[in-house]
Amino acid sequence: MDSTTDSATNAARQTTKIEVRDIQKIYRVKKENGGGYDDFVVLKDVNLDVYAGEFLTLVGPSGCGKSTMLDLLAGLIPNSGGEIRIDGRVITGPAMDRGFVMQAYALFPWLTVQANVEFGLTIKKVPKTERRAISGHYLELVGLTNFANRYPHELSGGMKQRVAIARALAFDPEVLLMDEPFAALDAQTRETLQDELLELWEKTGKTIVFVTHAIDEAVYLADRIAVMGTNPGRITELVNIKLNRPRQGSRGSAEFGWIRHKIWQYLQPEEAVKENFPVVGAADVAEVIDSQATL
Amino acid sequence: MATDVKANVIEGSLTPNALKSDVALKLLKKTGRGVGGFFLSFAIIFIIIALWEAFPRFGWIDPFLLPPFSEVLGNTLNLFKTGEFFKHFNVSVVRIVTGFFGGLCLAIPLGVFMGWFKTFEEYVNPLVEACRNSSVLTLYPIFILLFGIGEKAKISIIMWGTVWVVLLNTISGVKNVDPVLIKSARSMGMRDWSLLWKVILPAATPSIITGVRLGAANSILILIAAEMIGSNAGLGYMIFYYEARYAIPEMYGGVVFLAIMGLAVNEALFRLEKRLTSWHEKSIYFGT
Repeated sequence: MDSTTDSATNAARQTTKIEVRDIQKIYRVKKENGGGYDDFVVLKDVNLDVYAGEFLTLVGPSGCGKSTMLDLLAGLIPNSGGEIRIDGRVITGPAMDRGFVMQAYALFPWLTVQANVEFGLTIKKVPKTERRAISGHYLELVGLTNFANRYPHELSGGMKQRVAIARALAFDPEVLLMDEPFAALDAQTRETLQDELLELWEKTGKTIVFVTHAIDEAVYLADRIAVMGTNPGRITELVNIKLNRPRQGSRGSAEFGWIRHKIWQYLQPEEAVKENFPVVGAADVAEVIDSQATL
Repeated sequence: MATDVKANVIEGSLTPNALKSDVALKLLKKTGRGVGGFFLSFAIIFIIIALWEAFPRFGWIDPFLLPPFSEVLGNTLNLFKTGEFFKHFNVSVVRIVTGFFGGLCLAIPLGVFMGWFKTFEEYVNPLVEACRNSSVLTLYPIFILLFGIGEKAKISIIMWGTVWVVLLNTISGVKNVDPVLIKSARSMGMRDWSLLWKVILPAATPSIITGVRLGAANSILILIAAEMIGSNAGLGYMIFYYEARYAIPEMYGGVVFLAIMGLAVNEALFRLEKRLTSWHEKSIYFGT
């Protein structure tokens, strides 16, 4: 990788990495009174294109199926209809072209930090010396070189999540799927890790699909936000986020606030928005932020 | 006021929760099992031996019922010399090793299987619980009836005493593996055997080892009891034999030896546990 990386990724943005076509997910649930089953529709007719090298966030209220969507992308659960293609190939199960990062870190507690990072590489049967080199590289990227021989229980939450990210990157997947990875962290650590993640994303050029319920986080990170609604879970809006990068310090800007408010509006149940929150223009931004602050 | 608050904070920091911090833990471990503690434990054992020597010698207790320690030691050493002791020891070791390891070989794979296929386990669980909770030795007559008074009955009753507790701990270990870990491994394309071998088994190890330790304690107990009931060799038989012949010092020698053996086995398993589960937070807090 050299200086052409940036323009290369920009050009690549237009090529589709992941195609989600008419995806359905239906669970059978036992009826409450007596026999029979009811179909519970978690996701209905979801269509989505994720571009190569793009940072896409899925944001939505709880129960909208955003984590289910990510599990489907990972191939961890079967769908009930439709198909997902990566680079044109239909996915049939989990594979190492996708890395998965969870809120609960999910580090293997009996393995050292280094062995955790190498876990995917051992599955790939990468020889030991090569493994060491790769894990060393990614531990350096996440700033944990000095913790290589520690066990997960000796690390803080933020460090654990850094290890989990390094583990997901180490086997060099093309897509990184992240399921509310920073939700369990304190506010400051979360912001630090967001910046670190953006840096890693720029360095590695991965395609990232990032699930969150925090609007701030979604806006701060994303090239595009897919807003989801509930009952049944579906994508209601796709929003391009045209904030300039790098975005450090942009959180306080009027632009950021306006986008955040827009997304927030999209997330409200439709009737409520129409009645109480008429859609605002840019001119009303200052007022909106004020009223938000007093809430 | 301010100092009061400070004092409270400091006092508060001594709660077990706060002790989880690394530094406090290391301090605790050092002072708790340091050189001083080591000498103290030995001093206590030494005092008890001294009392054992003194009580019969000064006639505070009938020396026939409790011979002085030196006599017990002398007579026991004599048993070592004549080889009489090792005859019994070897017989016992063969029985316990076969029974205990046989039990492990049966219980661990079966437990993993049952923990993995939860529906099967649900059906069988009441049976397993019933077997574990029935007193082993009450079943011994049945074992003798089925297998005769030879080795078979003894080895199989030791196995019985090992199997259930190991099985239950293995099942619960496998069943309670954090699903997030399985999901994580599956997301990397891991399946079936390698998932079992690389994720489920390591995650279940602490629980399995606990079962093994309990099983080992059980099997020694059962070994001795079984040898006392119907046998013509073995440490349990030896103790009973000397008691019946009024060779009281030798009898005490056997009892003390078994106590030491039990300690040694427990210590060995404890070290094994520490080695295999050094990653586990709990092994630091609850270590003996």
